[in-house]
Amino acid sequence: MVKLDSKIPQGPIAEKWTNHKFNMKLINPANKRKYDIIVVGTGLAGASAAASLGELGYNVKAFTYHDSARRAHSISAQGGINAAKNYQNDGDSVFRLFYDTVKGGDFRAREANVYRLAEVSGNIIDQCVAQGVPFAREYGGLLDNRSFGGAQVSRTFYAKGQTGQQLLLGAVSALNRQIGKGTVKMYNRKEMLDVVVIDGAAKGIIVRDLVTGEIEKYSAHAVILATGGYANVFFLSTNAMNCNTTAIWRAHKKGALFGNPCFTQIHPTCLPVHGEGQSKLTLMSESLRNDGRIWVSKNKKDMREPNNIPEDERDYYLERKYPSFGNLSPRDISSRSAKEVIDNGRGAKGQEAVYLDFRDSINRLGRKTIEERYGNLFEIYETITGENPYNVPMKIYPAPHYTMGGLWVDYNLMSTVPGLFVLGEANFSDHGANRLGASALMQGLADGYFVIPYTIGDYLASYKPALVPVDNQEFSNVAKGIEDTVKRLLSVNGKMTVDEIHKKLGRIMWNKVGMGRNEAGLKSAIEEIRELRELFWKEVKVVGDAKDINQTLERAGRVIDYLELGELMAVDALQRNESCGGHFREEYQYEDGEAKRNDEEYSYVSAWEYKDIGSWELNKEPLEFEYVKPSVRSYK
Amino acid sequence: MSEKKLNLTLKIWRQTNSKSVGSFVEYKVSVSPDDSILEMLDELNDGLERKGELPVSFESDCREGICGTCGLVINGEPHGPLRKIATCQLHMRNFKDGETIYIEPFRAKAFPVMKDLIVDRSAMDKVLQAGGFISVNTGGMPDANAIPIPKDEAAEAFDAAACIGCGACVAACKNASAMLFVSAKVSQYALLPQGQPERYIRVQKMVKVMDELGFGSCTNTYACEAECPKGISVKNIARLNRDFIKARFTSEMVDI
Repeated sequence: MVKLDSKIPQGPIAEKWTNHKFNMKLINPANKRKYDIIVVGTGLAGASAAASLGELGYNVKAFTYHDSARRAHSISAQGGINAAKNYQNDGDSVFRLFYDTVKGGDFRAREANVYRLAEVSGNIIDQCVAQGVPFAREYGGLLDNRSFGGAQVSRTFYAKGQTGQQLLLGAVSALNRQIGKGTVKMYNRKEMLDVVVIDGAAKGIIVRDLVTGEIEKYSAHAVILATGGYANVFFLSTNAMNCNTTAIWRAHKKGALFGNPCFTQIHPTCLPVHGEGQSKLTLMSESLRNDGRIWVSKNKKDMREPNNIPEDERDYYLERKYPSFGNLSPRDISSRSAKEVIDNGRGAKGQEAVYLDFRDSINRLGRKTIEERYGNLFEIYETITGENPYNVPMKIYPAPHYTMGGLWVDYNLMSTVPGLFVLGEANFSDHGANRLGASALMQGLADGYFVIPYTIGDYLASYKPALVPVDNQEFSNVAKGIEDTVKRLLSVNGKMTVDEIHKKLGRIMWNKVGMGRNEAGLKSAIEEIRELRELFWKEVKVVGDAKDINQTLERAGRVIDYLELGELMAVDALQRNESCGGHFREEYQYEDGEAKRNDEEYSYVSAWEYKDIGSWELNKEPLEFEYVKPSVRSYK
Repeated sequence: MSEKKLNLTLKIWRQTNSKSVGSFVEYKVSVSPDDSILEMLDELNDGLERKGELPVSFESDCREGICGTCGLVINGEPHGPLRKIATCQLHMRNFKDGETIYIEPFRAKAFPVMKDLIVDRSAMDKVLQAGGFISVNTGGMPDANAIPIPKDEAAEAFDAAACIGCGACVAACKNASAMLFVSAKVSQYALLPQGQPERYIRVQKMVKVMDELGFGSCTNTYACEAECPKGISVKNIARLNRDFIKARFTSEMVDI
């Protein structure tokens, strides 16, 4: 058992962060350059952290497996970033953003962290504008906002459908400036494969150079992981091809507890699967739900063309079930409803898809207005599917998109391994059981720009960690372990490709640990994953050499970790005998099919401690709600 | 969704590493018209791996046309025959049954081939590290609405900022010039009030590094704009040139 100390500061929620900032220890500017900090990952959280720490004077070593920091998957975020600016004078406030986020997360997030997130949200927008991020503006020259699911105010800042791109390029520009100045040393095309823990504290990392195949050792006074989420455990997800769980998973195996692994977000509006060769899924922005109506036929196996299905035979199921939020119901609820009608045999033309129809909006507003609002997205749709959504309804289907779970961190964003900090999607901290749209970008940048620069200084000043040279025996031991795994992978020489096994795992996860979960399914998923893990080590075929660019080897290493993580996700889902947010246990629902949360028994963060492959011990961090009283999360 | 498969002949550039000599190797494939060209390569590689052969190395990540990782020359054109899309967005329904498709890496002096279809584009980052930023530290910023920016100017800055850094402009240019890429970043900041303090130093620093890294001069043929997946306009190059000339006469000089 690990003693979990969330280190939530005392005092009223609105004063916690301010007081904490004052109480934390500082390092004087001349001493900062004596500290080395490793940052792994260069998405919004990693790039903003590396840049900010470099500006403060620390020696930063930033790592990415990409050829350039700018490729990190934050770049793909479309819709926007939330901030409690209340520029629209529509009743927004720090407290309301805090409230919406706690409620949206179905009361499974830590209040103090969420409040801080809301509190610094306004600074993020100021910072981005100062960097030259070209947000959308009104004719008067001021910033424009739009609304997103789960909120009744307009607090989302955006840059067309490319907000993530513009924010990341802003953060990377700050990073580039520090690289130019020499405060940050950038290591491209290097993949972190393990963390080195000595005397219980993080002292460095081991990476594989993806060009030469060399296994390399790097040491530092502290290590920051900002390596994103693990939705690719499903094989098909909206995540980029290279997104993976390896960095956080291997840190988990070195002692970092894993928080709420079963909390995954299935995004309702993605393009359906086209066939076996499909490599990933494409998201269509949630903003489409502002004007598109979601429906299926009232009849089972209705093979008619959608335009030939008369109005009275259509079921606009979200509008029917959730009249006050309708097509803009939160993501978890919208996805689950789509699954329900498809399980009922009413998918579009018998397929796994529902219609997103703009016919009524085009009739009401004219094609030109729809084109102005969504032209870009309609083009993407047509490029991919070959169908014109102005004439035929889009076909959409839910897809794994984001993982709320991640490494457990305290209020300072430090994991249970001292000196190992975790930022952004890689940690579990702010979104509870369901993330609201436009909040991931906010969290990534909050962690990197405005939280870690303070809390890491406190760690360094309080613990005074020593720098361990890389010729220390433990560094060599960990590196040797990785080299052995590489050799083992290359020597199996079985009959199955890495992708083939990954796809099998994805199918198990999607069918049994996806949108709907039940005890029997989860138990059989655990068995199947264990069998698949054995099969992997008997039958995987990894061609090529260790000392070369070898993408098959890279993928194989990641799949090893998915095969372990997948089991933990099922184990976590099985122990959580309730439905909340993205975690829907079919046994726990109201008569109308709504999720039935169990606050009496499950108002905690499940933090899993690694014991051995396939073996964990559950630790619980109780959640207390002082400011937002848990209630049934109704969007009716 | 289409049922009928396309039978294609692929001629793919294979090269062991940056020092070896590469050549085209022929493959026959049968693919779904709904596949993207990268999914076709995935399937080809799956088959090669099963036979114990080395798969074709190529890079991609988001497969939504925004990360800029993928970039192949397809039948002689960076990102293939369609306009304003990245390689990952090119679907096989745009090809005919029986067609032969040539697939090669981006070709430019500043982009050495590392293996098969993978090139090293780190030179582009070096240009950005020389000046592709506004020099502000984290924290203490004025309120975001303190600086009103006309909607049209913000939109023009956005259009320049939409560059995905794929390098197709360089690959499309006879001189392997990076002018479209560099001018897009220069323009984004030149169009915004926040970018003004460093405007004339920035352009000089970026051009200096660009020249040092072996990118060629602008040909004025606009091949870059034609192949750009984001439709970045050559007007940005004109703006860079104007700013650069003005900088050389009116502002603090950078040694070039």
